Amino acid sequence: MARQALSSEEIIEILDVCFDVEFSFIKSEKPAELIVTQTRTNQDFILDLTKRISATNEELALQFAMNSVKALDAMDKHMVEAWAMTSTDNYDRKGLFPAMSVIRELDSFVHTAHVNACGSVLDEEISVLLPFAQGLSGRKLKISESPDNYAYTDTETIFLPAITALLKESKENFLVYKASVAFLWAQIQFGTFRVSFDDLLNAEDSEIQLKKFYALETIRLEACIKRELPGLHRDMQALKQQAYELDNTTVTKTENWLSIQEKLSVSSATINDTLQCLPLINEDDCPAPCCYQGNFQFEQVTEVMQKRIEKEKAYFRIALSELAKESMNGNTDETDNEETEEIPNNDTPPKFEVTSKDDDQQSTGVIELQLEGGLVAVPDHVKELMTSIFVDFGEIPPEHLFAAGPGEYDLKKYEEEILNPEDVWKGTYHEEGAELYNEWNFKRQHYHKNWCVLRELEIEPIYDNFVTDTLEKHKGLLKSLRHTFEILRGEDKLLKRQVHGDDIDIDALVEAYADVESGMEMTDRLFTKMHKEERNVAVILMVDMSGSTKGWINEAERESLILLAEVLEILGDRFAIYGFSGVTRKRCELYKIKAIDEEYNDEIKARISNMQPQDYTRMGVFIRHITRMFNEIEASTKLLITLSDGKPDDYDTYRGEYGVEDTRQALYEAHRDGIHSYCITIDEQARDYLPHMYGAANYSVIDDVAQLPLKVSDIYRRLTT
Amino acid sequence: MKSKALKPEEYFIKDEPFYQAIGDEIEIFEAAYKQALPVLLKGPTGCGKTRFMEHMAWRLKRPLITVSCHDDLTASDLVGRFLISGGETVWVDGPLARSVRNGAICYLDEVVEARKDTTVVIHPLADDRRVLPMEKVGEIIEATPEFCLAISYNPGYQSVMKDLKQSTRQRFVALEFDYPDAGLEAQIIIKETGIDAETASLLVKFAHMTRDLKGSGLDEGASTRLLVHAAKLIHEGISPVVACKTAISQAITDDADMMVAMHELSSSLF
Repeated sequence: MARQALSSEEIIEILDVCFDVEFSFIKSEKPAELIVTQTRTNQDFILDLTKRISATNEELALQFAMNSVKALDAMDKHMVEAWAMTSTDNYDRKGLFPAMSVIRELDSFVHTAHVNACGSVLDEEISVLLPFAQGLSGRKLKISESPDNYAYTDTETIFLPAITALLKESKENFLVYKASVAFLWAQIQFGTFRVSFDDLLNAEDSEIQLKKFYALETIRLEACIKRELPGLHRDMQALKQQAYELDNTTVTKTENWLSIQEKLSVSSATINDTLQCLPLINEDDCPAPCCYQGNFQFEQVTEVMQKRIEKEKAYFRIALSELAKESMNGNTDETDNEETEEIPNNDTPPKFEVTSKDDDQQSTGVIELQLEGGLVAVPDHVKELMTSIFVDFGEIPPEHLFAAGPGEYDLKKYEEEILNPEDVWKGTYHEEGAELYNEWNFKRQHYHKNWCVLRELEIEPIYDNFVTDTLEKHKGLLKSLRHTFEILRGEDKLLKRQVHGDDIDIDALVEAYADVESGMEMTDRLFTKMHKEERNVAVILMVDMSGSTKGWINEAERESLILLAEVLEILGDRFAIYGFSGVTRKRCELYKIKAIDEEYNDEIKARISNMQPQDYTRMGVFIRHITRMFNEIEASTKLLITLSDGKPDDYDTYRGEYGVEDTRQALYEAHRDGIHSYCITIDEQARDYLPHMYGAANYSVIDDVAQLPLKVSDIYRRLTT
Repeated sequence: MKSKALKPEEYFIKDEPFYQAIGDEIEIFEAAYKQALPVLLKGPTGCGKTRFMEHMAWRLKRPLITVSCHDDLTASDLVGRFLISGGETVWVDGPLARSVRNGAICYLDEVVEARKDTTVVIHPLADDRRVLPMEKVGEIIEATPEFCLAISYNPGYQSVMKDLKQSTRQRFVALEFDYPDAGLEAQIIIKETGIDAETASLLVKFAHMTRDLKGSGLDEGASTRLLVHAAKLIHEGISPVVACKTAISQAITDDADMMVAMHELSSSLF
């Protein structure tokens, strides 16, 4: 039986709580009037969402409540929820006004939703488009979202619009992306940018000239694509036809056009041929540009190319001088000399020669380097450089082939300025180079997108007596720990009574004979076999470095790390150690002490020595970051152990239930990726919240801080056996 | 028709296995064989190492005993073990002992996969002693001059665990293999499968695309062997795009996006 719909008074009562009317002075009557007309299911749906949005902002919740009935008429519930969450996301990123406009502009959201349904979204397709672009030969290209709504390239990155929804089906729209990538790749690969466009751009009728140029160059590039990627060319032609039909464009080709088409379609045609053909056609002859062609951004191209050409020349010539040095030393002497060292014969820098095995001028084919008549083996990174230079010039220019002489080794000016993460708060680049993570808002039942700004920092090693003192202090404990863990180590185990094996199991054989004599069937399990049980464990230790650990908690933590690291070395388990702390979501700092593939050496020990208490404990973001790290590690057991002294707690709203729920959500995400999480804490109240976060059996509370070093190793042993 | 059963040491390759030399590997192998030096073949998977060994066995007219090493392969799998037969234990030679006794070519494929104790038996065979100690029967077998030891390994795995120890690798003459250049690779495909030259060169182009993706999502590009597989499917009438998908893309990756990307690449070509 359908439940009875809520009355206007009942709705007002609920809304009053949502809007916090005593303080916000919002009147609940108006939205209630609208909501009361709905069925009970719809009422519940609207009120629930209103409550969730009010956790973000009451004003926004009011707007939602006012528009919700209209929205339910226009969209299904799933889309209404998406609409509400888009507005809260906007609130997070841009503030109240843009968030309100999402709610008010319901129609535009409905339209976008339609586009999203049949369009192809770059964010979703990039995982396919990127390897596609990189699989096409030549320079390794990047793909990025275009700030304008058209596709273009700067010769290193292909910029594509965020959504393509020109055609009816999402599959066809994906094809538009694919065709755009191939077309822009062809511009780079087949030398569209090998000439200067100044004349064209400065001409009086530059707009007309550009239009003509664009149409002609398209012919040439499409012919190149036809030769290189015949399958795609077919698809592109079909696409073109479809797009023209959709626009009702008719294409008529004049005889003049056809003859030019023939001229530009031969494999030897270059950009110069395109330019020569410019005066031969009229503007009216040019067909309308097609959906995948995109546009030109000459300024960006020039800027990026200039930088790259200079940089690659320098890098290439230095690589050549190293190759020359190697071949002169006959590959036997030390080749890892300092960069500043001069090549032996520095009067005239050696000149290399290029031979191409491939006659085809258009493709890089196989380029080989020769020095004094002998072939030189080219390492992969130099090959990549050569390919990139070849793509820019259509050859390796002779001036590139002189190895760098003395004094030409300064690459500093070409190196991109690397921002020092520690300078973050001195300058203005808060989010540059940092990683962004979502955060769970339990009230909203949704994530804040890209909410936390995480940065990995290094800890300076301090070479003091801490490590030796610790080892000395816990000498006895360490001895027994070593003993216990050595037993655990994956040793060869002799398996008896096996079907196949290295040796005969005499016991089994004797028994088998006895069985046969007494008329029973003889077993075939007569062999012994050595079996090696391999531990395949990767563990990341996440250590609380918040201000509250100051004093002996911090010391106990560091001591535990030293002892645990010792036993992990015995076990041969891979391990990493990270400290975490931060202030607000804008500054989450993960301190690297030991990465998973680093060797445990004196420097690491000295870093442990220098782990100092910092600020607050915002946990979710670090767990998400470490989960991402774990996903790149192959191990059958992945273990995340957190050493902490209290609840998640940060300067802003990250306290109480909010912090606990976000941490719980992050741990849940980790669990989904096959990571076991365990928490060791010294907070006596932890029994109240840890079971909720980690699960009933996944935590230990240590009452006595002094016991921490012993317990940590002990817990680890229990966890992994 | 009944198939013939032969002991491995009696099995001689009669027909010439097709092998297209890339450099002077055949001459070097023959020289090493004459001088009784063991040989190490390095190279990515599917570039023709095993085929090369078959070809050399045919050329040198010796039986070829191949052992595909796996992580459970122990020294006794190579040397031999006692088995029980009618109330008594009987010694049965392993493939390595058979090769040593009969002067065959023993080829240990992907040797780094085997367990570490196998090196104990390989080492004395791979230096100038050329003997195989058989601990369990208390014997030492001297290798005949015809015996030859060859091992292969793929340096591309780049795992510390899967690396060949210096003490092992420094006993061998090393031959490096790589995928042949485009023209040659197309020829190999044509010869192996009989497809037309144009399809063969498109297949090679596709292989180069996948090899360019090594490191950006793929661990390994398409090998010549996979190209031959695809070409064989195409020869049987399967469409090239489907053949590339089943014989190449799905064979080299499980990553869904990567598979789609490779599918897009192959459909762009054919």
